[in-house]
Amino acid sequence: MIGKCSSCFMIVNGVPNTKTCREPVADGLVVERQRGWVSPPAEQVDLGNVENYEVETDVLVVGGGPSGLSAALKVAEYGYNVLVVDEHFRLGGQLLKQTHKFFGNVELFGGMRGFQIAEEYIKKIGSNEKIKTLTQSVVYGVFRGGVVGVSGKNAHYVVKPKAVIGSTGATERYLDFINNDLPGVIGAGGAQTIMNEYGVRPGDSALVVGSGNVGIIISYQLLQAGVRVKAVVEILPEVGGWFVHAAKIRRYGIPILLQHTLKAVYGNGKVSEAEVVAVDNNFNPVPGTEKRFEVDLVLLAIGLEPDNRFFAQCGAAMKWSPDLGGLVPLRTLDLETSVKNLYVAGDASGIEEATTAIIEGQIAALSIVSKLSDGSRASKAEEEMEKLIRFLWDEYRASPVLARARRGKQLVTVSREEMEKIRSVNPPPVSFG
Amino acid sequence: MPTPSFRKTGVISLEELSTLNLLPPESRLKKGPVAVLECPEMIPCNICVPYCPTKAIKMEKLIDLPMVDWNKCTGCSVCVAVCPGLAAFVVDLSKEDGDYVTVPHEFLPAPKVGDEVTLLSRTGEKLGRGTVTRVWERNKTYVVTVKVPKGLGMEVRAIWVEK
Ligand SMILES: Cc1cc2nc3c(=O)[nH]c(=O)nc-3n(C[C@H](O)[C@H](O)[C@H](O)COP(=O)(O)OP(=O)(O)OC[C@H]3O[C@@H](n4cnc5c(N)ncnc54)[C@H](O)[C@@H]3O)c2cc1C
Ligand code: SF4
Ligand code: SF4
Repeated sequence: MIGKCSSCFMIVNGVPNTKTCREPVADGLVVERQRGWVSPPAEQVDLGNVENYEVETDVLVVGGGPSGLSAALKVAEYGYNVLVVDEHFRLGGQLLKQTHKFFGNVELFGGMRGFQIAEEYIKKIGSNEKIKTLTQSVVYGVFRGGVVGVSGKNAHYVVKPKAVIGSTGATERYLDFINNDLPGVIGAGGAQTIMNEYGVRPGDSALVVGSGNVGIIISYQLLQAGVRVKAVVEILPEVGGWFVHAAKIRRYGIPILLQHTLKAVYGNGKVSEAEVVAVDNNFNPVPGTEKRFEVDLVLLAIGLEPDNRFFAQCGAAMKWSPDLGGLVPLRTLDLETSVKNLYVAGDASGIEEATTAIIEGQIAALSIVSKLSDGSRASKAEEEMEKLIRFLWDEYRASPVLARARRGKQLVTVSREEMEKIRSVNPPPVSFG
Repeated sequence: MPTPSFRKTGVISLEELSTLNLLPPESRLKKGPVAVLECPEMIPCNICVPYCPTKAIKMEKLIDLPMVDWNKCTGCSVCVAVCPGLAAFVVDLSKEDGDYVTVPHEFLPAPKVGDEVTLLSRTGEKLGRGTVTRVWERNKTYVVTVKVPKGLGMEVRAIWVEK
């Protein structure tokens, strides 16, 4: 993922814990290796140089991926101000590194390549005066009174929004195996960033762990970049991703080893071999079935976990959902959490995919807009929202390939009355508006 | 419902395609180029529908399987170019000198007319060599027609250009 792990921490211009994956190169940049625990260079930083701004906005969007950007455009369309904050130096979230074409229908960007959808969004947002954006800026916390802190490049912002949409996306899961800290073992998202965003080939030959859409798509993209993919291993007895994606890599001869897992990687200073082993129906390794592959790259694509940190800090009521990848905020159909006027959209609401992220962003935006407006504007927003909710649940999610996400999302969606009860039993420490 | 075998292998058989009404009938195949959409899963996608110039592909709901009206389809291969699943192919089994298969191709170097390329099956098995007879491009997807040995039209599903 972009900037979501700590694998690339280095000392940049004397500042430790800098995530080099999202630090733009500049003339005279000094990059040093970082080992172990480092203390922050408190005495070197002149706090007097940090500008402080107080910002009032109708809506704050935390995270500028497809869900956050579609939400921002919808809010602006109805005439309200919106501030989008993202950690990366470019808006677009996961879309930036998706070079393949997206499904869906043409109105929802289907058929376009992910990065092209991001470009389209960036263009629209750039020319919209209702939308302000802060990139390379982290929403680091929330304070009593519904005030949100943003740490930007050489500036600090204190944001007072009427409503917040948390569209923070997801983080990658990691896997336990022998030597998993050898260089050459990376998350699929990280590899995609290196390869598709920065145009650097991450290795010569690879083994991919996980046959969900992410694992399969990354295998295809590795092949396009000239990397040999020796195999995709999958612990379950069937392919995780969609058939059409799997067919795409099978045609080029990439085997998918079902009921196999990664046991170890070996190498001197970096990966040179990976060992996989078959598992039985209880996922126990079957001794004697070990196979070794000569690879310099092992990509982990074993699932994503909703990034729930902002919601946790706000004190939103959460529920564990294996179908959705982890702990997610409970929400109403229009995506409001138990924290008043805090909405959740996209992968943060449960791992699904980009089109549903876009629709969820719009639903959250329309719910907020209908509360902020009255008269015909409010009813127009409400009507549009109802239509989207119906499309999302009754048409889009009716697909069998989304059955799991649909079930997961059903189990964490509660009625407005139930949400009021949750609020009164367990009042969150903050609220917005 | 038991898990269909293509979910375990990533490879679909002609029988499975036929059961799902995704395979043109023998009589139509003999007449000339026609689309084969290997899209069996009811995924939320209908991109091929609006792009088909002859409105040959029908789908009522977004998640329906794409149903080709074989008599309307002219084998123009627009669906091959736009399908995000790279699941659309055009086959022409009507010629004497060989079968003609049109596949999507997203690798460099770009194939050129006259190139001798390696033919690949749905499992990546090498099926010999074929000759490229037509190439066009749309948004970075090459749409490549190859002449393949007679009898392989339903087997070849990808090409590889040796560098
Ligand atoms: C390899 C791969 C292939 C995929 N292929 C497809 C596909 O073909 N079709 C499809 O529909 N979907 C696909 N997806 C899924 C899709 O990309 C995601 O579901 C979608 O991007 C989720 O959107 P989002 O807006 O919720 O999150 P993201 O796109 O992850 O965006 C979240 C953003 O929030 C920012 N952020 C998070 N926390 C903070 C903070 N505290 N402060 C500031 N910024 C913050 C992050 O930097 C990031 O930019 C794919 C995903 C992957 C990984
Ligand atoms: S080949 Fe052309 S006419 Fe036939 S289904 Fe595809 S787009 Fe339509
Ligand atoms: S465009 Fe491709 S993936 Fe989408 S419905 Fe048509 S054949 Fe299936």
